[in-house]
Parts: sequence; C-alpha cells; structure tokens
Amino acid sequence: MIWVDQVIQGTLLGGYYALIACGLSLMFGVMRIINLAHGDFAVLGAFAVWLLVARTGISPFFALAVAIPLMALLGAALQRWVFERSLRAGALVPLLATFGLAIVTENLLFEGFGADTRSLAPEIGDLAFDSWTVTDRIYVGHLAVLVFVVAVVLLVGLQAFLKWTALGRAIRATAEDPDTAELVGVNSRFVYAVAAAIAVATTAIAGTFLAMRATFDPYSGPTQLIFAFEAVVIGGVGSLWRTLIGGIILGIAQSVGAQIGPRGFLLTGHIVFLVVLAVRLLLSGADLGAIVRRARTGPRRSRSL
Amino acid sequence: MSLLAVEQLDARHGLLKAVRNVDLSVAEGEIVALVGANGAGKTTLLRTIAGAHRPESGRITFDGADIARLRAYERVKLGIALVPEGRRLFAGLTVEDNWRVAGDTRRTGPWDVEALLALFPMLKGRLKTPAGLLSGGEQQATAIGRALMTNPRLLLLDEISLGLAPLAIDNLYRSLTKLFSSGTALILVEQNLNRALGVATRVYCMLEGRIVLECDAGLASRQQITEAYFGLRRDSGREMRP
Amino acid sequence: MSGRNFQVARWTRTSTISAAAAAVAVVILALLPFAFGANVTERLTTLFVYIILAAMWNALAGYAGLVSVGQQMFFGLGAYATIRLSYGGMNVYAAMLVGALLAGLTALPLSSFMLRLRGGEFAIATWVVATIAHLLVNFDPLIEGETGKSLIALNAYDATVREAISYWAALAVMLLFLVIMFALLRSRFGAAVQAIRDDEHAAASVGVRVMAAKRLIFTIAAFGGAAAGALWLATALTFQPRTYFGIQWTAYMLFMALVGGLGTFEGPIVGAVIFFILEDRFGAAGVWYLVGLGAAATLFSLLLPRGLWGTLEDRFGIAIMPVGYRLVLGAADPPQRTSGWWARWRGSTNR
Repeated sequence: MIWVDQVIQGTLLGGYYALIACGLSLMFGVMRIINLAHGDFAVLGAFAVWLLVARTGISPFFALAVAIPLMALLGAALQRWVFERSLRAGALVPLLATFGLAIVTENLLFEGFGADTRSLAPEIGDLAFDSWTVTDRIYVGHLAVLVFVVAVVLLVGLQAFLKWTALGRAIRATAEDPDTAELVGVNSRFVYAVAAAIAVATTAIAGTFLAMRATFDPYSGPTQLIFAFEAVVIGGVGSLWRTLIGGIILGIAQSVGAQIGPRGFLLTGHIVFLVVLAVRLLLSGADLGAIVRRARTGPRRSRSL
Repeated sequence: MSLLAVEQLDARHGLLKAVRNVDLSVAEGEIVALVGANGAGKTTLLRTIAGAHRPESGRITFDGADIARLRAYERVKLGIALVPEGRRLFAGLTVEDNWRVAGDTRRTGPWDVEALLALFPMLKGRLKTPAGLLSGGEQQATAIGRALMTNPRLLLLDEISLGLAPLAIDNLYRSLTKLFSSGTALILVEQNLNRALGVATRVYCMLEGRIVLECDAGLASRQQITEAYFGLRRDSGREMRP
Repeated sequence: MSGRNFQVARWTRTSTISAAAAAVAVVILALLPFAFGANVTERLTTLFVYIILAAMWNALAGYAGLVSVGQQMFFGLGAYATIRLSYGGMNVYAAMLVGALLAGLTALPLSSFMLRLRGGEFAIATWVVATIAHLLVNFDPLIEGETGKSLIALNAYDATVREAISYWAALAVMLLFLVIMFALLRSRFGAAVQAIRDDEHAAASVGVRVMAAKRLIFTIAAFGGAAAGALWLATALTFQPRTYFGIQWTAYMLFMALVGGLGTFEGPIVGAVIFFILEDRFGAAGVWYLVGLGAAATLFSLLLPRGLWGTLEDRFGIAIMPVGYRLVLGAADPPQRTSGWWARWRGSTNR
C-alpha cells in the first residue's frame, strides 16, 4: 500500500512541477528561448511575496495577487531589453544572457535577504499541515491539493486563452512563424512581451507555493529550473497538458526515490529524466516504421540494391 | 494619384542586391502583373513593399504617405496585404484560426469567413482542419483568404500557382474572378504569362533586380515581353513605354 | 581566379614575432619558481588553471557551438578521482594524472548521448548530469556527503617543493591544452570546427563531420576540466563536493570566455587574465563581485558578443597567433624554400 501513497503524493507534487514548468514551456514554445534564470525568478517571486507579508501582514495570497502584475511587468521589460536582442543574435546569446541574469538575480537576493532559508508556511497557518485522512496510512495534504488544483486551473485558463482569444491566436501564430504573423497584422514584439509577461508571472505563483510547501533561499533557483526543465522534457514539448503529465511522472519518481534514501529523492528524478530523454533521442533518430516492420518480418535476407 | 508609388527602391537579399532602382506604381483598383525569371527580385520587391524586408534606399508611398519606416503589421492596418511565396500558413492552426488571426486586425470591408467560403467553396468542410494537412490548392486558397481577411486595399500575390497542379490552378483562378473584379488593387506575380496578361491591365517585367519593361497588358507583344523576360536585348533601364 | 600569383600563407610577420615572444615567455615562466616565492607561484598557478578552464569552455561554446552549464562536473570528478586514488594508495601526483584521465574518459559515453541535444536542451542536460555526478560523489562514504576530504598525501612533500611542482604541473597542462587547441585550429579539423561554429547545417552540407568534430572537442574539454580540477586540488589541498561541483565555476568560465572573446584563440587567455585581476581586486566584495560578473556576462552577450579580443580582431584585423589563413596576392616569386621541413612547417603553398 505504501506505493499508492507515493503515487498520490507524487501526483500532487506534479501539480507544483506543472506550475513551475508552464512558464518555461510557454517561453520555449513561443520564443524558442530557454530562460536559464527561470528558477531564480520563481525565487524572486517568493521573496517578493515574503517581503510584502513581512512588511504589511497581509495574507500571502493577497501578496501574491500584488506580486503577479509586478512580475508580469518584469517579464515584459526583460523581453524588451534582453530576450528580444538575444533572439536576433543567434542560439548562444539567449543562454549566455539568461545565465548572467540568473547569477545577478541570485546574488542580489543574497545581498538583500541574506543566506537564511525562509518559508511562507508559518503565514498560512493550518493550511500547511492540514490533511485529509484517506486511509490510516495515507494522508493527503490540503496545501498539496490546492497547488494541484491551482495548476490545473492555470493550465486550463492558459489553454483557453490561447485557443479562444484573439491575443491567444496571435501568440500561437507568432510562435509558428513570427515573420508571417507580422504580415497578417500581428505585432510580434507585443506578442512576445505578453508571452514573456505571462511566463514570468507564472513563476511568481510557483515560487509562492514553493515557499508555502517548503523552504527557499536565494540559491534555490537552479534546482527549480532543473525540475521545470525535467518536467517539460519528460512530458514532451507540445502542449501544456504534456507538461502536467511530465510533472506528475517526475513527482512520482521522486516520491518513490525518497523512500530509498536521503538523496534518493533527487537522484531518481534525474535518472528518470535522463532515461526518458535517451529513449526519445533513440526513437527520433531511428525510423520507427522500419523498426516495426523489421520486427514483424524478420531481418532482411540479402542486401538489396 | 496612385495608391502605391515605389520610387528608386534598392533592397538587398543577404549580400546580394536583389532590387535595383525600381520605380513602380499601382492605381486604386488596378491589377498589375509583375513577371520575370526566378531570382529576378520579384519576391524581395513584394516583401519590401509589405514591410517584411528593409529597403536600402528609395521611397515607398501608400495613399500619399511614406510607409518605408513602418513595420509590416502597421502596413496591414493601412491596407496592404501579402500572400507570401510558398504560402507560409500557420500549419498548426486550423483554417479558421489562420483566417481569424488576420481578421483580428479589424479593418472594415467585405471579406469575412462567410465571404471567403463563398469565394472558395472547397474549404467549406475544412474550417477546423489544421492548415498543414490541406492539399496544395486548399492551402493556397487559405493563404489568399487569410490576406483577404485583413480587407486590404492593395493585395500582393506572390506566385500563387507555385506547386499546384494545372487543374488546381484553373480552379483557383476561376474562384478568384470575383476578387479580380472587386476593386481591390493587386500586384500579381505569376510565372504563367498568359494568366498574368489575361487578368492584368499593366505589366512590369523584372530582370536581375531591375524593371526592364513596363507597359499596358494589351499593348505589349509576346515577343517584347519574352525578350525583356530573358534579357535578350540587353539595355539598362526601360525598354518600352506606352 | 584570374591567373595572378598568389600564396596561401599561415604565418604573418606579427604572428612569427608573437610565437617567438610566447616561447620566450614560457621559458621565463618555467624558471619563475627559482626566483620568486610561494606567493607568486601560487597565484600564477591559479591563473594557469583559469586559463585552462577558459580555453576549454571557449572550445565548447566558441568553436563547437555548445553552451555547457555543467563543465564543473569534470572539474569535480577530476579532483574526486584524485582523492579516491590517493587514498587507495597511489602516489599523489600519479593519482592526479590518472584521476584526471579517468574523469575525462567519462566524456566518451556521455558524448554519444549528450551531443544529440541542441542548444538549451544540451545546456540544462549538462547541468543535470553535473548535479547527478555531485550527488553520486556525496554518496561515497569516503567523502561523507558534503564533509569532504583533504589530500593528506601531499603533506609528505615539503611545502615549497609541493608548490613548485603544482606550479610546473599547471604550467605544463596549460601549455599542453593550448598547444592542442592551436594544433587543432591550424589543421583541417580547425577549419571544420570554425565552419560548424558559423553555420552547422552549411558545414554538414559540405561534408564536415559535425558529430565527430563536436565529440572531439567535448572530450578534450572534459580532459582539460578534469586536469584543472586535479590541479586545483593540489593547490587548495581539500576536496569539498559543493566547492568543486558548484555552478560558480561555469559562471567563471562563461565570463572568461565571453569577455575575452568566444571563438578566438587568444580570447580565453585575455579573459582569464582579466578575471584573475578582477578577482584579485574585487573578490573580497563577495556577492557584489558575483553580481558584477553576471551583469557583465549579460551585457557582453547582448552588446559585445565577440568579446574584447574578438572585437579588436574584427576592428583592426589583427591576428597574433597564426590559426587562420591569409591570401597573399601578387607576390612575385619571393625567395622560398620549397622543400624541406621548414616549408612544410610554414605550410605555405605556391601556385
């Protein structure tokens, strides 16, 4: 029965991973940029919320509502000043520029807040601990479920936005072909700014929930980036729902690993990621049709011309 | 006064000078054919007019206003639309979404989804199909429709016959008769001279980036056009004026 | 080509002088420990390690087009292997050599997997693999998680001797890898790699074996990183996983290669020297220093992507080390030794 518990906990954890990953996925899907500072922005969001709560005493959820538009503005500004320039400069530049941003963000946070690990768990009272008792062995935390629900709602919202609204259509068109999108009246620069704003705003949400369910410090960013990326890769690029599935698989792998040893949690997740990546590479390299045909008819007898 | 006036336009394609000192004009409602061999610079010229390409020097005036500094999407809002060479549809989007993206520019005019379906009845059942899965003829119809959704005053058509079977081309041109008589100004780049001359009132011929012939469609003889097309009587600048 | 006389020359006047100057510099550096004390040699050892790291990262990003955010993996594994072998009974200096080799060898199986990835995927995958390596090292009971271990076997040597040996070893390794890079760049392989850097698809379409070239660079960079790790251990004396597997090493490497000049031979050396000086002056500023590094990396990548040396090269057309080709037109039969090893070494071709 212990495995059922891992699956449940892992699935709920997957909701968090979908949250942290959807911004990364969006930016990559629309702009083909992998933002190496993505995790650090989530931590920035967490610190922003933490600071608001510490200064004003409002609930973290209200603080998050304030932080979201601010982070969205940050995303748009970054698009204008950093991402847009790197887009035109070749494949290397976005990686170098965003890595530099990551270093700057982490260390500025350290400068501002020090090395202490913090958490928002004390601010949400019972929500951090309460759980439903499913069986006498399995507990499902309220917070974990909340995060999962928020993730699903966000994904549904984003999908709907992309599918049904004019701006969403413009984003999808620009993601496919920015040149031609301009030719049919889409302001691609504006579209990119919106996509970046959304992506960075989602990191604020993810960061806040990270702070609620665990601890964070100025250097927590890279780990979150890696998890986000692993979720995207495991699920496959293409749709946000795949990212959720990827997050769930990652979460389950990690939960199972946690049973094995103290560092097993991280290790199993990474290994599953590498295995999925390897399988995907092998499959994309090979001609799947030929493999299936060969499996059916057996090896070829003679070398044909 | 012309709707579109291009004066002394120079444009590069990478390191190559693709458009050299081109003068061109299109009047309101006029259909102009632009012919020339592959690599003559027709696509670069159209793209420069549409704003997808930056000119090196020269003027582009639309409705009296200088548009050379405007980005492509701003020109769409003014009423210039390009059907790009090779169609360049948004393959992952449905036909309907391809049209709606263009329609979101909100210019007033006769073209909307219903009007387009009347123009291209073959697409009636294909609205929800991803554009990448369509046949060549359907894709071309979708691409033209997409440009029309912006209700342009000037429509630029770049090689719409490219890659289509002769029957499909026939169908396409048949569908487009309504467009040709709708009063929209057109620049039609077309490999097939007969079709081009059958539709247009004026012809420009380009060779190696320059305009080498400009005349009324009815007046030019086949021979003159062929010579200009292939550069058989080499002369820089214009060969013939009405 | 019109029937004019032309030559393909590898060496210019400047490059001949520079090569000679470099040779002299090497001799001086080799003799340094006899004249100066530990303070100087230790700091120069650090500089040599920085140059190795910068050159390797430049090889990856500037020539093979691979942005690796996980090179610290080889750095850490080189040091880790050294510790393991030393505690296993091997002579400490042999342990460094063998350790670096073993650590570098991990690149071989890794490359067949990693090099199929592109761009950002490759970058983060290298980070993940580096993290896994770090975790696995944590599992070793000898290392006890993050506690680490000292390279005690070094105490058998007198401090001055130890520092001198580290110095010479670092100098030798640095020269080795610089010479390897130089030789590679001068060869046909070098042209291939620069073609890949400029346009991978175009390079493949003219027959460049892209995968093989990347693999070679990836492997060399791994050996270089591992050797650097072993050398660092020789100076720092203790091995703590977090220090050696930390991402800050990538930040340093990225800064040096980028600021110096990606895709140039001299760039990483320039970048390493600048980094060394900056660290010396501002390192004490701690966090602000790192902020400065990160900001510089971002600004350089956006505004001056060719780096300082690269921009100088482009602006003034200077080329110090003869890794390129020059077309000398209309040279009317200058006196040339057309036979013998000297002509072959100079690599000029008469037409």
